[in-house]
Amino acid sequence: MESNSLIINLKDISFSYSEDKLVLDHLSFHLHRGDRIGLVGPNGSGKTTLLHIIMGLLRPSSGRVELFGKPANEEKDFRAARRRIGLLFQDADDQLFSPTVLEDVAFGPLNLGKSPEEARDTALKTLARLDLSGFENRITYKLSGGEKGLVSLATVLAMDPEVLLLDEPTNGLDEDTEEKITDILKGLNLSCIFISHNLDFLSKCTDRMYAMSNGKISLDEALVPHPHIHAHEFGRLPHEHKS
Amino acid sequence: MIEEQFSTGESFVHGLDPRIKIIVAILFSVVVAVSSNLLALLPALALSLFLMALTRLSPRKVFYRLLLVNGLILFLWLLLPFTYKGETLFTIGPLVGTKEGVLYASRITVKCNTILLAMIALLATTPIFTLGHAMSKLYIPDKIIHLFLFTYRYIHVIFQEYRRLTNAMRIRGFMPRTNIHTYRSYAYLVGMLLVRSYDRAERIHRAMLCRGFSGKYYTLSRFSINIGDILYLSLMLAAILGLVFLQWRAIA
Repeated sequence: MESNSLIINLKDISFSYSEDKLVLDHLSFHLHRGDRIGLVGPNGSGKTTLLHIIMGLLRPSSGRVELFGKPANEEKDFRAARRRIGLLFQDADDQLFSPTVLEDVAFGPLNLGKSPEEARDTALKTLARLDLSGFENRITYKLSGGEKGLVSLATVLAMDPEVLLLDEPTNGLDEDTEEKITDILKGLNLSCIFISHNLDFLSKCTDRMYAMSNGKISLDEALVPHPHIHAHEFGRLPHEHKS
Repeated sequence: MIEEQFSTGESFVHGLDPRIKIIVAILFSVVVAVSSNLLALLPALALSLFLMALTRLSPRKVFYRLLLVNGLILFLWLLLPFTYKGETLFTIGPLVGTKEGVLYASRITVKCNTILLAMIALLATTPIFTLGHAMSKLYIPDKIIHLFLFTYRYIHVIFQEYRRLTNAMRIRGFMPRTNIHTYRSYAYLVGMLLVRSYDRAERIHRAMLCRGFSGKYYTLSRFSINIGDILYLSLMLAAILGLVFLQWRAIA
């Protein structure tokens, strides 16, 4: 693989919130261009922390972060990288802080230096892409949970990132919205890391699955065939399920 | 939570440039606040009522808003006439009401209602985020505007958090009483809200950083001033000057 395809390179990262427990324990991780990675692991295993370290929101106590082939140590290094990496937070109320949808989606593009007209244009196009046309003047705090999820995704996509980091994007969404988000994410030609407890979603949207536990990360490659017990109407008749 | 029920409408005032409304509201309230003579205050009240009439808001709803503030003013009426020294105006049993006290209470009542009416007529008829943007166009410091807009955005979230916590208390049989358990539980509730709000602020700031925030808040809106705005501003400035003149003549 070419060396310039290495987008995120974490070497030997350690991090802890309190002295007695390491959340990340000498962890190393790579993301190459075009990789679509799913991240699973129990609560508190450090998945969100890992994404926040990549974005420079948290600084590791030891280890090195390299983004787009350059070491990232200071706020200014991360600031440059944040223009190219989009992070979607777990709670949409954290992401959506502007009074109206349009302004929230335009916030990123404006920060990237676009003129108000360009930013408005980008925002409207992104909303249309996510089937949210007509939402631009809605008040953000009055949106439903599913709408908030979709608009949050729009705020990140409007910055046209090269890498997408999503922290539990399907959490708390109903089936229809989840399906919609799955379809959108499948259609994106981006490198990405998705945190989720929803294996069904991950298997649709990612190529590889990593598991985190005890501050370490490991590739979960083995395909394990396994039977399911399930119930539905007419289940007693002989039938087949398509995978 | 904050319903902004007056902010949408079709009237002339709703369509005015928000910058003009802010300027007029500030000048007008300062002049009214420092005026001390009823000869100036009563025309100011009339002007406020006129501004209110222009907005074509439902008088009943406006009246209920005023009622809230006048509830507080009622207490002044219970105290001021009897505690202010001066000429006796009336007596109730052992209590002596003075003319100066009554005048003083009336001045406060007129001032409060005049300013409040003007605020409703001018500021409540503008959506809050438009006000924020207009403030930034008037070179009011960014930090104040951020505080203003974020308070508006998150007061709702904090209120929901408050409701979640009180519900959690209620379903476990909490009944407020006058005892230490109640006070302690309320203290926990307030403490928890503070901690949660702080955490949320932290997360929002991070989310903003991820989207390239570097301290400057850009806005999409553009305002334009038309002939109606200029006319309105000139008339209002003239009226405010008139009030200043009335007050000056009364004390001279």
